[in-house]
Amino acid sequence: MNPELQGREFPPAEPYLVGREKVREFSRAVFATDPINLDPEAARAAGYDDVVAPPTFAVVVQEQTLAQLLAEPDAGIDFSRVVHGDQRFTFTRPIVAGDLLTATLSVPSVKTLGGHSIVTAETSITDASGAHVVTTISALVVRGEDD
Amino acid sequence: MPAAPAFDGLTVGDIVAEASFPLTRDSLVRYAGASGDFNPIHYRDDVARSVGLPGVLAHGMLTMGFAVQPVVDWAGDPGRVADYQVRFTRPVVVDPELGAVVSVVAKVGQLDAEARVARVDLTVKVGEETVLGKAQVRVSLG
Repeated sequence: MNPELQGREFPPAEPYLVGREKVREFSRAVFATDPINLDPEAARAAGYDDVVAPPTFAVVVQEQTLAQLLAEPDAGIDFSRVVHGDQRFTFTRPIVAGDLLTATLSVPSVKTLGGHSIVTAETSITDASGAHVVTTISALVVRGEDD
Repeated sequence: MPAAPAFDGLTVGDIVAEASFPLTRDSLVRYAGASGDFNPIHYRDDVARSVGLPGVLAHGMLTMGFAVQPVVDWAGDPGRVADYQVRFTRPVVVDPELGAVVSVVAKVGQLDAEARVARVDLTVKVGEETVLGKAQVRVSLG
C-alpha cells in the first residue's frame, strides 16, 4: 500500500448514462417498492423526469472509480485483501433515469493502523450540466500481509 | 412530491419505521446482477470457505441498500435523503436453505431545528447481532 496515494486526484471516469430498466432492476434488488422507483408516471407525478434511483444506486457509478484506484500501477492495493469498512453518500439530489453522470475520484487520506491500511476514496458525481448530484465516500481496509 | 412527515411532530427516540427483510441466495444473485458486484464470496460456498469465511455473505452494499428503504418510505420521497452512512461491522451469512433475516429499526437520533433535518439512526440486526454500525440517515424535512 503506497502512502503517497494520499491527496491524489484522478481524471474523470467515462460518463455513465442511467437507464430506466437499470434503475428498476436495482430498485427490486434492494427491496425498494415505492412507485417513484419503478413507474415513470408515478415519478413524473412526484416532480421527477423519470424513475428515481434508490439512495445506494450511486455505488454502481462509483464502481468505475474504484476500478481506476485498483488499477493505479503504483497503488499497491491487493484486491483480495480489501474489506469495505465504511460507506457514505451525501446528496444534492437523487439520481434519476436519463442522467448522464461523471464520476471523479480523489483519495483524501491513506492511514496505517497496525498492519492494516485504510484508504478513503471519495467520488464526486456530477450531471451533464456539471452540477453536483452525490458524493460517495468509501473507507477501504487493506489487510496486512501477516493475517 | 408526497407530503413530508411533520418535523415539529418528531421527538428524539421516536421509532419512525420498522421492517424485516428475509434474504435468500436468490436475493444475493439478484443484487450481484443489479450492482455489478460479482465477487464469488456472495454466491459460492467453496470460494467463501477457501478465504476463511463461515459461508456465503450478503453484499454489505445490499444490506446498506435495503436498510434505508423503510426510512425512504417514511420520508415519502427519496429526494429528502440528504446523507446516508454506515459502518460494516459484521457480515451477514446467508444459509443456502434457511437464508437470513435482517431486521431494521429506524429511530430519530437527533433533530436540527434550524436546518429542519432529522437524523434517523438505524439498528440493523440478524437475530441479536448488529451487522451495521453508525448507520445514520439525514432526512431533510424543510
